[in-house]
Amino acid sequence: MGIWIMAGVTFREAARKKMLWMALAAGGAFLILFGSGLHFQAKDFAAHGMSPVLRREISFAMVTMGLYAVDLLAVLMTILTSVDTLSGEIDSGTIQAVATKPVPRWQVLVGKWFGFLAMLTAYIAIMVGGVNAVTYLMAGVTARHLITGCLLMWMESLVLLSVTFAFGTYFSTLTSGVLALGLHGLAFLGGWIEQFGAITQTQRAVNVGVVASVLMPSEALWRRAAFEMQSPLANAMRISPFSTLSVPSMAMVFYAALYLAIALFIAIRRFSQRDL
Amino acid sequence: MSRASDLAIRTRGLRKVFNGKVAVRNLTLEVPRGEVFGFLGPNGAGKSTSVKMLLGLIFPTSGEADILGRPAGDVKTRAKVGFLPEHFRFYDWLTSAELLKLHGRLYGMSHARLRERVPALLDLVGLTQHRDKRLRDFSKGMLQRIGLAQALLNEPDLIFLDEPTSGLDPFGRRLVRDIIKAQRDRGATVLLNSHLLGEVEITCDRVAFIKDGEVVETRQLNSEREEKTTVSIRAVDVTSEMVKGLCQWAPSVRSEAERLTLTLSSNAVLPEVVRYLVAKGADVYEVIPQRLSLEERFLEIVGSDGGL
Repeated sequence: MGIWIMAGVTFREAARKKMLWMALAAGGAFLILFGSGLHFQAKDFAAHGMSPVLRREISFAMVTMGLYAVDLLAVLMTILTSVDTLSGEIDSGTIQAVATKPVPRWQVLVGKWFGFLAMLTAYIAIMVGGVNAVTYLMAGVTARHLITGCLLMWMESLVLLSVTFAFGTYFSTLTSGVLALGLHGLAFLGGWIEQFGAITQTQRAVNVGVVASVLMPSEALWRRAAFEMQSPLANAMRISPFSTLSVPSMAMVFYAALYLAIALFIAIRRFSQRDL
Repeated sequence: MSRASDLAIRTRGLRKVFNGKVAVRNLTLEVPRGEVFGFLGPNGAGKSTSVKMLLGLIFPTSGEADILGRPAGDVKTRAKVGFLPEHFRFYDWLTSAELLKLHGRLYGMSHARLRERVPALLDLVGLTQHRDKRLRDFSKGMLQRIGLAQALLNEPDLIFLDEPTSGLDPFGRRLVRDIIKAQRDRGATVLLNSHLLGEVEITCDRVAFIKDGEVVETRQLNSEREEKTTVSIRAVDVTSEMVKGLCQWAPSVRSEAERLTLTLSSNAVLPEVVRYLVAKGADVYEVIPQRLSLEERFLEIVGSDGGL
């Protein structure tokens, strides 16, 4: 019961924060920009008499680009909205009135986690749905394996959420934010090194990327999502930033699930045992 | 010694060390059920840390603590405990009525009971007309009042009030006193942590003076007959023989002009002293007991530097 009460209050808190509405407004502005770009591109395609196959491939690429932007927004949303919830409430003493109620501490933490999960699920669904709706209306295409891709993006957010929670039980808000963003930055950089290593056939660069994905599998999940969602032709193209040359395997997806569970477990354990 | 079941709070050698710094050295305490107990001490004496250990917010380094017969921090016992933190903070986007409902739900209270309790408590703390106002628009005193209301939601058996009157005007302080009295009358135990010694003196049955994380003295309040008292008597025709005779009740007697100053072991002997003087032929005009105030005792114990 305590879980659902805390989930409810956390969701309502997130919904009442200006940041969420600003992020949604920014997302809306992004969709308008994205739609405008697609609209003019479609007009140009028609004027130049471009072949339908090429037109379709470019539209697919636009969907992927749009979803990549959504992924970045979701990553930022995840970390920035949740980073304060534990460390901030511990620092300010807000947690004291809650932690002295007859609700075990693990339920307080898991409840908060579910509250953010609900908010992030809604955000990702709206934004991914928005990008696909725009491309469908403008160019008649949607991402391939949309549900799988969307679930992988969602999982990426949950990995980051759990890691941010774990940091929040140890460090101050600022330190937790820097660490979570830094770790994702490491994975992001590692992902690109891995891609370029694959393009240039440099195995050691690929290995650097794999190590980065082991340290933080968030970016690997996005690359798997991109692989699932973009067209087979784009996947095969060596010049694509999300080509199949170094696609994270399903083993990496399972590893990410395990990583998520361990991060959440560490957060619960630390929160249950620390002084508040 | 009281039976464990009669005690609301019982600690044995409770100790807390933060990064090598001792916050609470050795807290041994027993608070019977139904008592209003004051926790006094200078800043940094370990009062708030002790309260947090009793509530399970902070884990002791060593020692043991029970509240309401169960180990401190026991989840089920928390349903019978109310707590007003020193700096009450909560989600400031909630209205006062929403805050109480949320806390009530965390206590496991039914919707029906909350429909009854929430308006009653808002009325009790004088916030009925602010029930739909967000906490971010509340003054410090109003936050203190709503914090007090949430601490009473579940009609707790044990209530911890950490500086409940800070930020309150005289009306608010009066309200807190009345609420504490009402809680005692219904049989609840109240642990009051306050710097305002006057408030403690009026409200509490017993106090503990804490210094450097240890109880240095516990003192029964409002028990005139038990206290060692200094009495100032204005009387004429007092002979040196009478002064000597007074020594049977007062180890220390000082006589200056018409003024006698006696330190009595107990207030209970005061009528006998007056009868003695009158019987010996002295005319007694004035008898003024001068109890050592809590503030004087506090300063005596912690030192004038406030223990810093």
